[in-house]
Amino acid sequence: MSIRGKALIAGAYEHPARVIPDRTLAEIHAEVALGALADAGLAMSDVDAYFCAGDAPGFGGLSMADYLGLRCRHTDSTETGGSSYLIHVGHAAAAIAAGHAHVALITLAGNPRSGGPPPGGSGRVASAPESEFENLWGSTVAGSYALAARRHMHEFATTSAQLAEIKVAASLHAQHNPNAFLPQVVTVEEVLESPMVADPLHRLDCCVITDGGGALVMVSPEVASSLERPCVNVLGQGEAIKHTAGGRIDLTYTGAVWSGPAAFEEAGVTPADIDYVSIYDSFTITVLQTLEDLGFCPKGQGGRFVLDGTLVAPHGRLPFNTDGGGLCNNHPGNRGGMTKVIEAVRQLRGEAHPEVQVPDCELALAHGTGGSLATRMGSATVILGREAP
Amino acid sequence: MSARLPTRAPERTAETAPFWDACAGGRLVLPRCDRCHELVWYPRRFCPFCASTSLSWVELSGRGTIYSATVIRQGQGPYRGVGPYCLAYVELDEGPRMLTNIVGVDPTRVEIGQRVRVQFDPAGDDDALPRFAPDT
Repeated sequence: MSIRGKALIAGAYEHPARVIPDRTLAEIHAEVALGALADAGLAMSDVDAYFCAGDAPGFGGLSMADYLGLRCRHTDSTETGGSSYLIHVGHAAAAIAAGHAHVALITLAGNPRSGGPPPGGSGRVASAPESEFENLWGSTVAGSYALAARRHMHEFATTSAQLAEIKVAASLHAQHNPNAFLPQVVTVEEVLESPMVADPLHRLDCCVITDGGGALVMVSPEVASSLERPCVNVLGQGEAIKHTAGGRIDLTYTGAVWSGPAAFEEAGVTPADIDYVSIYDSFTITVLQTLEDLGFCPKGQGGRFVLDGTLVAPHGRLPFNTDGGGLCNNHPGNRGGMTKVIEAVRQLRGEAHPEVQVPDCELALAHGTGGSLATRMGSATVILGREAP
Repeated sequence: MSARLPTRAPERTAETAPFWDACAGGRLVLPRCDRCHELVWYPRRFCPFCASTSLSWVELSGRGTIYSATVIRQGQGPYRGVGPYCLAYVELDEGPRMLTNIVGVDPTRVEIGQRVRVQFDPAGDDDALPRFAPDT
Protein backbone atom coordinates (compact mmCIF):
# COMPACT_ATOMS: atom_id res chain seq x y z
CA MET A 1 0.00 0.00 0.00
CA SER A 2 1.26 3.46 -0.89
CA ILE A 3 0.37 6.69 0.89
CA ARG A 4 0.53 8.59 -2.37
CA GLY A 5 -2.47 10.84 -2.74
CA LYS A 6 -4.20 9.38 0.32
CA ALA A 7 -3.53 12.20 2.80
CA LEU A 8 -3.01 15.95 2.70
CA ILE A 9 -1.52 18.62 4.91
CA ALA A 10 -4.35 21.03 5.63
CA GLY A 11 -2.84 23.19 8.35
CA ALA A 12 0.66 24.39 9.23
CA TYR A 13 1.74 26.82 11.92
CA GLU A 14 5.11 28.05 13.18
CA HIS A 15 5.24 29.83 16.51
CA PRO A 16 6.30 33.42 15.76
CA ALA A 17 8.46 33.80 18.89
CA ARG A 18 12.08 32.69 19.26
CA VAL A 19 12.31 33.37 22.99
CA ILE A 20 9.38 32.22 25.16
CA PRO A 21 10.34 32.60 28.81
CA ASP A 22 6.87 32.70 30.31
CA ARG A 23 5.08 29.61 29.02
CA THR A 24 5.27 25.91 29.84
CA LEU A 25 6.10 23.33 27.19
CA ALA A 26 2.54 21.99 27.27
CA GLU A 27 1.24 25.51 26.74
CA ILE A 28 3.44 26.01 23.66
CA HIS A 29 2.26 22.66 22.27
CA ALA A 30 -1.33 23.85 22.74
CA GLU A 31 -0.63 27.22 21.16
CA VAL A 32 0.85 25.74 17.98
CA ALA A 33 -1.89 23.09 17.82
CA LEU A 34 -4.53 25.82 17.84
CA GLY A 35 -2.57 27.74 15.22
CA ALA A 36 -2.40 24.81 12.81
CA LEU A 37 -6.05 23.88 13.35
CA ALA A 38 -7.13 27.48 12.72
CA ASP A 39 -5.01 27.47 9.55
CA ALA A 40 -6.82 24.32 8.39
CA GLY A 41 -10.25 25.57 9.40
CA LEU A 42 -10.73 22.73 11.88
CA ALA A 43 -11.27 22.47 15.64
CA MET A 44 -9.52 20.52 18.38
CA SER A 45 -12.65 18.35 18.58
CA ASP A 46 -12.08 17.23 14.99
CA VAL A 47 -8.71 15.62 15.82
CA ASP A 48 -8.78 11.83 16.03
CA ALA A 49 -5.04 11.08 15.83
CA TYR A 50 -2.15 12.70 17.71
CA PHE A 51 1.59 12.59 17.03
CA CYS A 52 4.42 13.96 19.14
CA ALA A 53 8.10 13.17 19.83
CA GLY A 54 10.56 13.37 22.70
CA ASP A 55 10.05 17.11 23.16
CA ALA A 56 6.52 16.55 24.52
CA PRO A 57 6.53 16.81 28.32
CA GLY A 58 5.75 14.01 30.73
CA PHE A 59 4.38 10.86 29.19
CA GLY A 60 4.44 12.30 25.66
CA GLY A 61 1.22 11.58 23.82
CA LEU A 62 -0.60 10.51 26.97
CA SER A 63 0.22 13.68 28.86
CA MET A 64 -0.49 15.93 25.88
CA ALA A 65 -3.80 14.23 24.90
CA ASP A 66 -4.84 14.66 28.51
CA TYR A 67 -3.78 18.35 28.57
CA LEU A 68 -5.43 19.12 25.21
CA GLY A 69 -8.57 17.07 25.85
CA LEU A 70 -8.08 15.00 22.71
CA ARG A 71 -10.11 11.93 21.87
CA CYS A 72 -7.66 9.86 19.82
CA ARG A 73 -8.14 6.54 18.12
CA HIS A 74 -4.60 6.60 16.79
CA THR A 75 -1.33 7.84 18.29
CA ASP A 76 2.39 7.64 17.53
CA SER A 77 5.27 9.09 19.51
CA THR A 78 8.14 8.00 17.28
CA GLU A 79 11.30 9.66 18.58
CA THR A 80 14.17 10.14 16.14
CA GLY A 81 15.29 13.57 17.32
CA GLY A 82 14.82 16.44 14.90
CA SER A 83 13.67 14.12 12.09
CA SER A 84 10.72 12.82 14.16
CA TYR A 85 8.12 15.13 12.61
CA LEU A 86 8.80 14.02 9.03
CA ILE A 87 8.37 10.45 10.19
CA HIS A 88 5.11 11.52 11.84
CA VAL A 89 3.95 12.92 8.48
CA GLY A 90 4.54 9.53 6.86
CA HIS A 91 2.94 7.59 9.70
CA ALA A 92 -0.06 9.93 9.83
CA ALA A 93 -0.52 9.54 6.08
CA ALA A 94 -0.40 5.75 6.48
CA ALA A 95 -2.93 5.86 9.30
CA ILE A 96 -5.26 8.05 7.25
CA ALA A 97 -4.78 5.85 4.17
CA ALA A 98 -5.70 2.80 6.26
CA GLY A 99 -8.85 4.51 7.52
CA HIS A 100 -7.59 4.64 11.10
CA ALA A 101 -7.82 8.43 11.28
CA HIS A 102 -9.28 11.40 9.45
CA VAL A 103 -7.68 14.39 11.15
CA ALA A 104 -4.15 14.00 12.53
CA LEU A 105 -2.38 16.59 14.66
CA ILE A 106 1.43 16.74 14.97
CA THR A 107 3.03 19.14 17.47
CA LEU A 108 6.52 20.28 18.51
CA ALA A 109 7.57 22.69 21.25
CA GLY A 110 10.82 23.53 22.98
CA ASN A 111 12.40 26.22 25.10
CA PRO A 112 16.17 25.64 25.28
CA ARG A 113 16.86 29.42 25.19
CA SER A 114 14.82 29.88 28.34
CA GLY A 115 16.30 27.08 30.41
CA GLY A 116 14.61 24.05 28.87
CA PRO A 117 16.43 20.85 27.96
CA PRO A 118 19.82 21.48 26.28
CA PRO A 119 20.75 20.41 22.72
CA GLY A 120 20.36 16.73 22.20
CA GLY A 121 18.78 16.49 25.50
CA SER A 122 16.44 14.00 26.99
CA GLY A 123 17.32 12.30 30.25
CA ARG A 124 16.91 8.92 28.59
CA VAL A 125 20.04 9.50 26.53
CA ALA A 126 22.20 9.10 29.63
CA SER A 127 21.09 5.48 30.04
CA ALA A 128 21.73 4.57 26.40
CA PRO A 129 24.11 1.62 26.00
CA GLU A 130 26.48 3.74 23.85
CA SER A 131 26.59 6.80 26.11
CA GLU A 132 29.54 5.83 28.27
CA PHE A 133 31.61 5.10 25.14
CA GLU A 134 31.10 8.63 23.82
CA ASN A 135 30.56 10.92 26.82
CA LEU A 136 33.73 9.91 28.67
CA TRP A 137 35.79 11.48 25.89
CA GLY A 138 33.89 14.74 25.95
CA SER A 139 31.83 14.23 22.79
CA THR A 140 29.52 17.16 21.98
CA VAL A 141 26.83 17.68 19.37
CA ALA A 142 28.98 20.13 17.42
CA GLY A 143 32.00 17.85 17.83
CA SER A 144 30.24 14.85 16.32
CA TYR A 145 29.12 16.89 13.29
CA ALA A 146 32.63 18.32 13.01
CA LEU A 147 34.09 14.81 12.79
CA ALA A 148 31.84 14.13 9.79
CA ALA A 149 32.78 17.46 8.20
CA ARG A 150 36.50 16.80 8.66
CA ARG A 151 36.29 13.37 7.07
CA HIS A 152 34.22 14.71 4.18
CA MET A 153 36.88 17.37 3.59
CA HIS A 154 39.58 14.70 3.69
CA GLU A 155 37.94 12.40 1.16
CA PHE A 156 36.40 14.96 -1.20
CA ALA A 157 38.44 18.16 -0.75
CA THR A 158 35.37 20.00 0.51
CA THR A 159 36.33 23.43 1.90
CA SER A 160 35.14 25.65 4.73
CA ALA A 161 34.34 28.36 2.17
CA GLN A 162 32.01 25.94 0.38
CA LEU A 163 30.25 25.11 3.64
CA ALA A 164 29.95 28.84 4.33
CA GLU A 165 28.02 29.32 1.07
CA ILE A 166 25.18 27.36 2.68
CA LYS A 167 25.00 29.80 5.60
CA VAL A 168 25.16 32.75 3.22
CA ALA A 169 22.21 31.41 1.19
CA ALA A 170 20.18 30.87 4.37
CA SER A 171 20.95 34.40 5.54
CA LEU A 172 19.89 35.88 2.20
CA HIS A 173 16.49 34.26 2.81
CA ALA A 174 16.28 35.13 6.50
CA GLN A 175 16.56 38.87 5.79
CA HIS A 176 12.97 38.72 4.47
CA ASN A 177 11.60 36.85 7.50
CA PRO A 178 10.54 39.32 10.23
CA ASN A 179 10.56 36.51 12.81
CA ALA A 180 14.05 35.22 11.97
CA PHE A 181 16.42 34.96 14.94
CA LEU A 182 19.38 36.02 12.76
CA PRO A 183 18.00 38.31 10.03
CA GLN A 184 21.37 39.77 9.05
CA VAL A 185 22.90 38.81 5.70
CA VAL A 186 26.36 37.32 6.21
CA THR A 187 29.27 36.81 3.83
CA VAL A 188 31.54 33.82 3.34
CA GLU A 189 34.32 35.82 5.00
CA GLU A 190 32.16 36.51 8.07
CA VAL A 191 31.41 32.81 8.43
CA LEU A 192 35.10 31.92 8.15
CA GLU A 193 36.09 34.63 10.62
CA SER A 194 33.50 33.63 13.24
CA PRO A 195 34.96 31.76 16.23
CA MET A 196 35.80 28.09 15.75
CA VAL A 197 33.45 25.84 17.73
CA ALA A 198 34.79 22.43 16.71
CA ASP A 199 37.19 22.35 13.77
CA PRO A 200 36.26 22.76 10.96
CA LEU A 201 32.88 24.15 12.09
CA HIS A 202 32.69 27.85 12.99
CA ARG A 203 29.99 29.45 15.07
CA LEU A 204 28.22 30.58 11.89
CA ASP A 205 28.26 27.01 10.56
CA CYS A 206 25.89 26.18 13.42
CA CYS A 207 22.13 26.59 13.65
CA VAL A 208 20.48 28.96 16.10
CA ILE A 209 19.19 27.83 19.48
CA THR A 210 15.62 29.02 19.88
CA ASP A 211 12.46 28.51 21.87
CA GLY A 212 9.36 27.91 19.83
CA GLY A 213 7.42 25.22 18.10
CA GLY A 214 5.19 24.27 15.25
CA ALA A 215 2.31 22.05 14.29
CA LEU A 216 0.77 20.32 11.29
CA VAL A 217 -2.75 19.09 10.63
CA MET A 218 -3.16 16.22 8.16
CA VAL A 219 -6.48 15.07 6.74
CA SER A 220 -8.08 12.53 4.44
CA PRO A 221 -9.10 13.62 0.93
CA GLU A 222 -12.74 13.62 2.08
CA VAL A 223 -12.02 16.09 4.86
CA ALA A 224 -9.79 18.15 2.57
CA SER A 225 -12.58 18.61 0.06
CA SER A 226 -14.64 20.37 2.73
CA LEU A 227 -11.90 22.91 3.61
CA GLU A 228 -11.41 26.36 2.12
CA ARG A 229 -7.62 26.68 2.42
CA PRO A 230 -5.40 25.03 -0.21
CA CYS A 231 -4.05 21.69 1.01
CA VAL A 232 -0.77 20.03 0.12
CA ASN A 233 -0.59 16.45 -1.15
CA VAL A 234 1.69 13.96 0.58
CA LEU A 235 3.16 12.08 -2.37
CA GLY A 236 5.84 9.97 -0.77
CA GLN A 237 7.84 9.43 2.40
CA GLY A 238 10.91 7.46 3.37
CA GLU A 239 12.64 6.94 6.70
CA ALA A 240 15.78 5.22 7.90
CA ILE A 241 18.01 4.75 10.91
CA LYS A 242 21.74 4.77 10.32
CA HIS A 243 24.00 3.72 13.18
CA THR A 244 27.56 2.96 14.18
CA ALA A 245 27.37 -0.54 12.65
CA GLY A 246 29.36 -2.33 15.33
CA GLY A 247 32.17 0.18 14.87
CA ARG A 248 32.30 0.16 11.04
CA ILE A 249 31.49 3.86 11.07
CA ASP A 250 31.46 5.73 7.75
CA LEU A 251 31.12 9.46 8.33
CA THR A 252 30.77 10.40 4.66
CA TYR A 253 27.09 9.55 4.13
CA THR A 254 23.80 9.82 5.99
CA GLY A 255 20.60 7.80 6.25
CA ALA A 256 19.25 9.97 3.41
CA VAL A 257 20.81 7.44 1.01
CA TRP A 258 17.95 5.16 2.06
CA SER A 259 15.11 7.53 3.00
CA GLY A 260 15.49 9.59 -0.18
CA PRO A 261 15.12 6.82 -2.79
CA ALA A 262 12.16 5.36 -0.87
CA ALA A 263 10.38 8.72 -0.90
CA PHE A 264 11.17 9.40 -4.57
CA GLU A 265 9.96 5.94 -5.57
CA GLU A 266 6.69 6.28 -3.69
CA ALA A 267 6.09 9.73 -5.15
CA GLY A 268 7.05 8.60 -8.64
CA VAL A 269 9.39 11.55 -9.18
CA THR A 270 13.15 12.18 -9.35
CA PRO A 271 15.43 14.84 -7.84
CA ALA A 272 15.34 16.73 -11.17
CA ASP A 273 11.58 17.23 -10.74
CA ILE A 274 11.83 19.03 -7.39
CA ASP A 275 11.18 22.81 -7.39
CA TYR A 276 12.03 23.57 -3.75
CA VAL A 277 13.81 21.77 -0.90
CA SER A 278 13.72 22.16 2.87
CA ILE A 279 16.94 20.50 4.02
CA TYR A 280 17.67 19.91 7.69
CA ASP A 281 20.38 22.37 8.65
CA SER A 282 21.61 21.85 12.18
CA PHE A 283 25.04 22.65 10.71
CA THR A 284 26.19 23.56 7.21
CA ILE A 285 27.72 20.10 6.78
CA THR A 286 24.31 18.53 7.45
CA VAL A 287 22.96 20.26 4.34
CA LEU A 288 25.93 19.41 2.16
CA GLN A 289 25.93 15.69 2.93
CA THR A 290 22.14 15.47 2.64
CA LEU A 291 22.07 17.12 -0.80
CA GLU A 292 24.55 14.51 -2.03
CA ASP A 293 22.74 11.61 -0.40
CA LEU A 294 19.35 12.63 -1.82
CA GLY A 295 20.87 12.59 -5.29
CA PHE A 296 20.85 16.31 -6.10
CA CYS A 297 24.54 15.95 -6.96
CA PRO A 298 27.04 13.07 -7.00
CA LYS A 299 28.69 11.97 -3.75
CA GLY A 300 31.57 14.25 -2.93
CA GLN A 301 30.42 17.05 -5.25
CA GLY A 302 28.30 18.89 -2.68
CA GLY A 303 30.94 21.54 -2.12
CA ARG A 304 30.94 22.54 -5.76
CA PHE A 305 27.17 22.14 -6.07
CA VAL A 306 26.38 24.84 -3.50
CA LEU A 307 28.56 27.48 -5.21
CA ASP A 308 27.23 30.19 -7.52
CA GLY A 309 23.94 30.70 -5.69
CA THR A 310 22.51 27.24 -6.36
CA LEU A 311 20.52 27.31 -3.13
CA VAL A 312 19.38 30.95 -3.29
CA ALA A 313 15.70 31.64 -3.95
CA PRO A 314 13.88 32.35 -6.06
CA HIS A 315 16.08 31.73 -9.10
CA GLY A 316 18.86 29.38 -7.94
CA ARG A 317 18.92 25.89 -9.42
CA LEU A 318 17.65 24.39 -6.17
CA PRO A 319 16.20 27.00 -3.78
CA PHE A 320 16.37 25.80 -0.17
CA ASN A 321 15.16 26.83 3.30
CA THR A 322 13.49 30.04 2.19
CA ASP A 323 12.45 30.90 5.77
CA GLY A 324 16.14 31.15 6.70
CA GLY A 325 16.16 27.58 8.01
CA GLY A 326 17.64 26.45 11.27
CA LEU A 327 20.86 28.24 10.37
CA CYS A 328 19.23 31.70 10.62
CA ASN A 329 15.52 31.57 11.33
CA ASN A 330 14.43 29.01 13.88
CA HIS A 331 15.45 25.64 15.35
CA PRO A 332 12.76 25.23 18.02
CA GLY A 333 13.73 22.88 20.81
CA ASN A 334 16.89 21.92 18.88
CA ARG A 335 14.61 20.08 16.48
CA GLY A 336 14.40 21.45 12.96
CA GLY A 337 12.17 18.90 11.23
CA MET A 338 8.84 20.57 11.85
CA THR A 339 9.84 23.93 10.39
CA LYS A 340 11.20 22.15 7.31
CA VAL A 341 7.74 20.82 6.49
CA ILE A 342 6.05 24.14 7.33
CA GLU A 343 8.16 26.15 4.88
CA ALA A 344 7.60 23.52 2.15
CA VAL A 345 3.85 23.92 2.71
CA ARG A 346 4.20 27.71 2.40
CA GLN A 347 6.05 27.33 -0.89
CA LEU A 348 3.46 24.94 -2.35
CA ARG A 349 0.63 27.26 -1.29
CA GLY A 350 2.46 30.20 -2.83
CA GLU A 351 2.60 31.81 0.61
CA ALA A 352 6.35 32.12 1.15
CA HIS A 353 7.71 35.67 1.34
CA PRO A 354 7.36 37.20 -2.16
CA GLU A 355 11.12 37.81 -2.36
CA VAL A 356 11.81 34.07 -1.97
CA GLN A 357 8.67 32.44 -3.34
CA VAL A 358 9.71 29.93 -6.01
CA PRO A 359 7.69 30.65 -9.18
CA ASP A 360 5.12 28.00 -10.02
CA CYS A 361 6.28 25.72 -7.19
CA GLU A 362 4.60 22.36 -7.74
CA LEU A 363 6.86 19.80 -6.06
CA ALA A 364 8.75 20.20 -2.81
CA LEU A 365 10.96 17.94 -0.73
CA ALA A 366 11.46 18.23 3.03
CA HIS A 367 14.20 16.28 4.79
CA GLY A 368 14.87 15.74 8.47
CA THR A 369 17.99 14.62 10.33
CA GLY A 370 17.94 13.52 13.95
CA GLY A 371 20.60 12.59 16.46
CA SER A 372 24.12 12.84 15.15
CA LEU A 373 25.38 12.99 11.56
CA ALA A 374 26.36 9.83 9.70
CA THR A 375 26.78 7.82 12.90
CA ARG A 376 23.62 7.18 14.94
CA MET A 377 20.87 9.13 13.25
CA GLY A 378 17.33 9.24 11.98
CA SER A 379 16.70 10.34 8.40
CA ALA A 380 13.29 11.12 6.96
CA THR A 381 12.28 12.46 3.55
CA VAL A 382 8.84 13.74 2.57
CA ILE A 383 7.80 14.72 -0.94
CA LEU A 384 4.88 17.09 -1.20
CA GLY A 385 2.87 18.34 -4.13
CA ARG A 386 0.65 21.32 -4.82
CA GLU A 387 -3.02 20.41 -4.68
CA ALA A 388 -4.59 20.08 -8.09
CA PRO A 389 -6.69 23.21 -8.72
CA MET B 1 49.10 17.26 28.00
CA SER B 2 46.61 14.53 28.82
CA ALA B 3 46.71 15.16 32.55
CA ARG B 4 44.34 18.09 32.24
CA LEU B 5 41.58 16.11 30.49
CA PRO B 6 38.81 14.89 32.79
CA THR B 7 39.02 11.24 33.68
CA ARG B 8 36.03 10.35 35.80
CA ALA B 9 35.56 6.67 36.58
CA PRO B 10 33.46 4.87 33.96
CA GLU B 11 30.07 3.52 34.97
CA ARG B 12 30.24 -0.24 34.61
CA THR B 13 27.32 -2.40 33.56
CA ALA B 14 27.09 -6.19 33.55
CA GLU B 15 27.83 -6.00 29.83
CA THR B 16 30.79 -3.63 29.93
CA ALA B 17 32.64 -4.51 33.16
CA PRO B 18 35.20 -6.79 31.43
CA PHE B 19 36.16 -3.92 29.09
CA TRP B 20 36.76 -1.51 31.96
CA ASP B 21 38.49 -4.19 34.06
CA ALA B 22 40.93 -4.75 31.19
CA CYS B 23 41.54 -0.99 30.84
CA ALA B 24 42.32 -0.83 34.55
CA GLY B 25 44.97 -3.49 33.88
CA GLY B 26 46.41 -1.64 30.90
CA ARG B 27 44.87 -3.82 28.18
CA LEU B 28 42.47 -2.94 25.36
CA VAL B 29 39.92 -5.70 24.74
CA LEU B 30 36.74 -6.04 22.69
CA PRO B 31 34.12 -8.74 22.30
CA ARG B 32 34.48 -10.95 19.23
CA CYS B 33 31.50 -12.91 17.96
CA ASP B 34 31.98 -16.66 18.36
CA ARG B 35 29.80 -17.30 15.31
CA CYS B 36 30.71 -14.68 12.66
CA HIS B 37 34.06 -13.66 14.24
CA GLU B 38 33.44 -9.91 13.90
CA LEU B 39 34.86 -7.58 16.53
CA VAL B 40 32.20 -5.38 18.10
CA TRP B 41 32.53 -1.72 19.11
CA TYR B 42 31.07 -0.53 21.50
CA PRO B 43 31.33 -3.44 23.95
CA ARG B 44 28.15 -5.47 24.43
CA ARG B 45 26.97 -9.08 24.90
CA PHE B 46 25.28 -9.11 21.52
CA CYS B 47 26.60 -9.33 17.98
CA PRO B 48 25.02 -6.62 15.78
CA PHE B 49 26.38 -8.41 12.70
CA CYS B 50 24.70 -11.81 13.13
CA ALA B 51 22.50 -11.47 16.26
CA SER B 52 24.53 -14.04 18.19
CA THR B 53 24.66 -13.75 21.98
CA SER B 54 27.85 -15.78 22.19
CA LEU B 55 30.93 -13.51 22.23
CA SER B 56 34.41 -13.80 23.72
CA TRP B 57 36.76 -11.05 24.86
CA VAL B 58 39.97 -10.70 22.86
CA GLU B 59 42.96 -8.44 23.45
CA LEU B 60 43.84 -5.91 20.75
CA SER B 61 47.17 -4.44 19.71
CA GLY B 62 46.21 -0.96 20.89
CA ARG B 63 47.45 0.50 17.62
CA GLY B 64 45.45 2.34 15.03
CA THR B 65 45.09 5.17 12.55
CA ILE B 66 43.14 8.41 12.92
CA TYR B 67 39.95 8.22 10.81
CA SER B 68 38.69 11.71 11.72
CA ALA B 69 39.52 14.33 14.32
CA THR B 70 38.21 17.65 15.61
CA VAL B 71 39.34 20.20 18.18
CA ILE B 72 36.48 21.04 20.52
CA ARG B 73 37.01 24.61 21.70
CA GLN B 74 34.41 24.63 24.47
CA GLY B 75 33.65 21.36 26.20
CA GLN B 76 30.58 20.54 28.24
CA GLY B 77 30.03 18.92 31.62
CA PRO B 78 33.37 17.71 33.02
CA TYR B 79 35.14 19.06 29.91
CA ARG B 80 33.92 22.62 30.45
CA GLY B 81 36.85 24.94 30.90
CA VAL B 82 39.62 22.44 30.07
CA GLY B 83 40.58 24.34 26.93
CA PRO B 84 40.75 22.95 23.38
CA TYR B 85 40.94 19.16 23.18
CA CYS B 86 40.98 16.62 20.38
CA LEU B 87 38.03 14.26 19.86
CA ALA B 88 38.72 11.63 17.24
CA TYR B 89 37.70 8.36 15.69
CA VAL B 90 40.59 5.93 15.69
CA GLU B 91 40.42 2.99 13.30
CA LEU B 92 41.93 0.17 15.29
CA ASP B 93 44.32 -2.07 13.37
CA GLU B 94 41.81 -4.88 14.00
CA GLY B 95 39.03 -2.93 12.21
CA PRO B 96 36.51 -1.11 14.41
CA ARG B 97 36.50 2.69 14.60
CA MET B 98 36.17 3.98 18.16
CA LEU B 99 35.65 7.45 19.58
CA THR B 100 38.47 8.66 21.83
CA ASN B 101 40.80 11.58 22.56
CA ILE B 102 44.18 12.16 20.97
CA VAL B 103 46.62 13.32 23.65
CA GLY B 104 50.30 14.02 24.00
CA VAL B 105 50.27 16.36 21.01
CA ASP B 106 49.01 19.85 20.16
CA PRO B 107 45.34 19.07 19.34
CA THR B 108 45.44 21.42 16.32
CA ARG B 109 48.26 19.34 14.78
CA VAL B 110 46.37 16.04 14.77
CA GLU B 111 45.79 14.76 11.26
CA ILE B 112 43.72 12.08 9.57
CA GLY B 113 45.90 9.11 8.73
CA GLN B 114 48.28 9.62 11.67
CA ARG B 115 49.37 6.44 13.46
CA VAL B 116 48.44 6.31 17.14
CA ARG B 117 48.83 3.98 20.09
CA VAL B 118 46.61 3.52 23.12
CA GLN B 119 47.53 4.84 26.55
CA PHE B 120 45.53 4.46 29.73
CA ASP B 121 44.80 7.58 31.79
CA PRO B 122 44.06 6.91 35.46
CA ALA B 123 40.38 7.51 36.22
CA GLY B 124 38.71 7.53 39.61
CA ASP B 125 40.37 5.32 42.21
CA ASP B 126 41.32 2.20 40.25
CA ASP B 127 40.07 2.71 36.72
CA ALA B 128 41.62 3.86 33.47
CA LEU B 129 40.37 5.50 30.30
CA PRO B 130 41.80 4.52 26.89
CA ARG B 131 43.11 7.51 24.97
CA PHE B 132 45.54 7.55 22.07
CA ALA B 133 48.83 9.35 21.44
CA PRO B 134 51.00 9.58 18.32
CA ASP B 135 52.85 6.30 17.77
CA THR B 136 56.45 7.41 17.48
